[in-house]
Amino acid sequence: MILAALIFIPMAGGLLAWMADRWYPGAAKWFALVTAGIEFVLAIWLWLQSASAMALPAHGGWLGETRAEWIPRFGVSFHLAVDGISLVLVVLTAFLAIVSVACSWTEIQKRVGFFYFNLLWTVAGSVGVFLALDLFLFFFFWELMLVPMYFLIGIWGHENRQYASIKFFIFAQGSGMFMLVAILALVFVHYRSTGVLTFDYFDLLNATLSPSAELWIMLGFFIAFAVKTPIVPFHTWLPDAHTEAPTAGSVILAGVLLKTGAYGLLRFIVPLFPEAAAHFAPVAMVLGATGILYGAFLAFAQTDFKRLVAYTSVSHLGFAVVGIFAWNPWSLGGAVMQMMAHGISTGALFVVAGILQERTHTRDMQRYEGLWSVVPRLAGMGLFFAIAALGLPGMGNFVGEFLVLMGLSTSSSVLASVATVVFVASVVYALALVQKTFHGENKHGWQLHDLSGREMVTLFSMVAITLWLGLYPQPVLNAAPNTANSPPAIAVAHHEVNVE
Amino acid sequence: MNPISSALPSDSLHLDLVTLDLATLSPLILLAAAAVVVMLAAAFYRHPRPVMILTLAGLVLSFTALFLPFLPQGLAGTPSPQVTALLVLDQYALFFTGLIVAATFVVAILCYRYFGGGESRHEALYILLLLAALGGGVLVASSHFASFLLGLELLSISLFALIAYPRFTEHPLEAGIKYLILAGFSSGLLLFGMALVYAQLGTMQFVKIGTMLAAPEETLELYGLAGLALIVAGVGFKLALVPFHMWTPDVYEGAPAPITAFIATVSKGAMLVLLLRYFLMAGAHQSQSITFALSLVAVATILAGNLLALLQNNIKRILAYSSIAQLGYLLVGFLAFDRLAIEAVAYFLTAYFVTMLGAFGVVTVLSEGFNGGSAGEFHGAAERDSDRLADYAGLFWHRPWLAGVFTAMLLSLAGIPLTMGFIGKFYIVTAGVEASLWMPVITLVVGSIIGLFYYMRIIAMMYASGSEAAGEAITLRVAAPSFAESAMLAALVLLLVWLGIFPAQLIDVLGGTMVNLT
Repeated sequence: MILAALIFIPMAGGLLAWMADRWYPGAAKWFALVTAGIEFVLAIWLWLQSASAMALPAHGGWLGETRAEWIPRFGVSFHLAVDGISLVLVVLTAFLAIVSVACSWTEIQKRVGFFYFNLLWTVAGSVGVFLALDLFLFFFFWELMLVPMYFLIGIWGHENRQYASIKFFIFAQGSGMFMLVAILALVFVHYRSTGVLTFDYFDLLNATLSPSAELWIMLGFFIAFAVKTPIVPFHTWLPDAHTEAPTAGSVILAGVLLKTGAYGLLRFIVPLFPEAAAHFAPVAMVLGATGILYGAFLAFAQTDFKRLVAYTSVSHLGFAVVGIFAWNPWSLGGAVMQMMAHGISTGALFVVAGILQERTHTRDMQRYEGLWSVVPRLAGMGLFFAIAALGLPGMGNFVGEFLVLMGLSTSSSVLASVATVVFVASVVYALALVQKTFHGENKHGWQLHDLSGREMVTLFSMVAITLWLGLYPQPVLNAAPNTANSPPAIAVAHHEVNVE
Repeated sequence: MNPISSALPSDSLHLDLVTLDLATLSPLILLAAAAVVVMLAAAFYRHPRPVMILTLAGLVLSFTALFLPFLPQGLAGTPSPQVTALLVLDQYALFFTGLIVAATFVVAILCYRYFGGGESRHEALYILLLLAALGGGVLVASSHFASFLLGLELLSISLFALIAYPRFTEHPLEAGIKYLILAGFSSGLLLFGMALVYAQLGTMQFVKIGTMLAAPEETLELYGLAGLALIVAGVGFKLALVPFHMWTPDVYEGAPAPITAFIATVSKGAMLVLLLRYFLMAGAHQSQSITFALSLVAVATILAGNLLALLQNNIKRILAYSSIAQLGYLLVGFLAFDRLAIEAVAYFLTAYFVTMLGAFGVVTVLSEGFNGGSAGEFHGAAERDSDRLADYAGLFWHRPWLAGVFTAMLLSLAGIPLTMGFIGKFYIVTAGVEASLWMPVITLVVGSIIGLFYYMRIIAMMYASGSEAAGEAITLRVAAPSFAESAMLAALVLLLVWLGIFPAQLIDVLGGTMVNLT
């Protein structure tokens, strides 16, 4: 029941916030904050409850389950379940929900109620994606979260918001349609062999597919996840959407929505289609590695603060993709770690960008220069998260990237060494970001006020989490899927591929 | 209304109408009676309000009569749904008659303020609406070429008059004439097709055609095949399938908005329902060439509808092309020709009815309409409806609820979750995948991706603010909706969302309804 509550609380909170705004202007953000707070407390409570279960090696992986009939005609049920990976992602989502409410506190001035409604419904949709174990339900939430996100970008975004929001929506929705066809094809292949019409994840895990059907169906899923993650040729919506979205939208996009794509790869592609995934893994890993480098190189060519951060997301999520398809304990742990750490550090960079934009009304780094003397606290935060993004040891990103590369080197040392080049590129873009923005002389004569108490609390909590992830990553690594629990076929098939 | 003479042998294939059959026919009879009553009432007391109330009462009565066959029967035996060779009021027909009657109800309410409310003399409109609904009801219940043609003509002739109702205004008149010519043409094709089928098989009853063709040695020869092709072409005109779609955008644009809603829903829906019945009962789907041709038509319809909609700047034209595309999607489900296909078509059609009524309802509510002054003199305040894209700029900021309704309808057309459109599209894709119709299914996917562009364009326009909207909305053409209209739109949205989240109830009804066809 608590799983359903995790989805319905933000939905109800969103409706309340919207209603409240009509009667008490200014109350909406408090409603949103309280909702996000309750969500976070619930998620943490669930984590603490099950922390001991996750530490045990062979527990089957599932910590809780809810199931109810929904559309019996199609064998669709309202089936939610949580395992370690879902759980940490839900915690991340709930935390970033609080952050995004906090960073919109003064930024959003028009249609405040509707804003928080959309924000909380995006959160609800993403939590639904992380919890759903019925493929229809999964698809339902997958599509559902796009609409409020579209409105967040399209109404409260920056100059080019219409273009960016429509592009985002069409990319995400269109790729989702391919996944729908793939889901149905999978369901009917299963139906023909067993006579049971069901969308349930556990039943479909046992579906027997011919190799070509498996490959085609997997590609249908892959295209949807590849757009969302994003994997390189499908990433073009991301810089636009991230740049034009309001701060909270960027935080949720980078921190949560991109994770739904990586989560899909982890939860569905590999377990449902082990053989096809194993054959496809080299391609996916090459795409992931390309993304790592391509994102980093494009990042330091940017002059727009948010666009730069957006391209670093492409690079960071590339690590998650590579880690998932390398499919061994190190790389999987690294992928999950990378997802968490990227959510926090990139989210924080977007918060910094939002604060800068709110004060200076520009995102162009050429117009900043020398802000360190003007806003030392903000500049310190900017430096910290830029360094976190480049993967300095002691912070979460380092753990993730290190583990992924370690895992990757066991399956493909060439790709691993290519991907390592990114550590040079990421230093360049991170330091370029800091230098262009904060160092130098204050030539433009900026006179800005430094971080307020609210902003300090937000950013400091993110600093603390980044350090915690970097110094004591074990709780998150415990949550990573245990390769022992998943179908062994991939490991075997993988081995064969390597031998060839 | 229990059957008095249920002991009688119900050999009702002959023309001996018994009380039992009258009870079965009562939904259609009540519609016809309502038209007569409304006409008499209008003759003696010319005022639109009582006329409209009578119309609505007639529709409600007819709707209630649909449930008669489900009453517990007192004595042995239930009335046979087959009433003479012409009509069969099985559950399939009853379901869609209900849909048509309900849609007519919505359209009648939307018409009232739009055509001037109590100030104008637009009583004849309601008679025509009732007759058109009757035509639709006959179509979905017909099991014989004769009733097919009767229903079709009843529907079409009422529609010419309805489209050109504001007869002193240019656009509706033009649209009416266009529709007249094309409808006449398509009826001609249909008649010739029927004649050819009759020439080969010597019967006009769907069931008999089906049983004759089921015999192993019997197949459609050149005559019959040509006849079937002509029938499909004639129906294709009505359904606005590509390449018979040219008239649609012009007529949709020119017709008064509530009448456009009626054409888009009742007229198209009834034809599609009839076509599906014909294919299944008369075994037309066993003809490979016809199903292949239809799948090509489906692909062309989806692509052309969606691509042409991208070029439009007029909401009614966008919706017209969108409805062409939606019919293409329907055809994908249709082509599966099994139980799931019937369910899918029925669900999608219901969703399509709700959505199109809602979308054109918003257009209606925003339009000034044609306020008739003295009898017959329509010097409408508006030369056109509020149907330009620019009329909708920033709508969300001054009319949030209306913009919300329109958004919900457009999202449903695009097939986004929480709406009926999503479940409908899901159903269609399911039916298509189950029958392994890969080409049409992939086209459907591509089509709906293209479709997102123009739906999002309208939505983006409604939510645009500041400089984006200011340049466009020079003249704010926004009328105030009446209470009935608002209530109607609210009900449609609630239905759209409720059945989008909990579709199981409707699916159960459909599952029970559709068994008997195959």
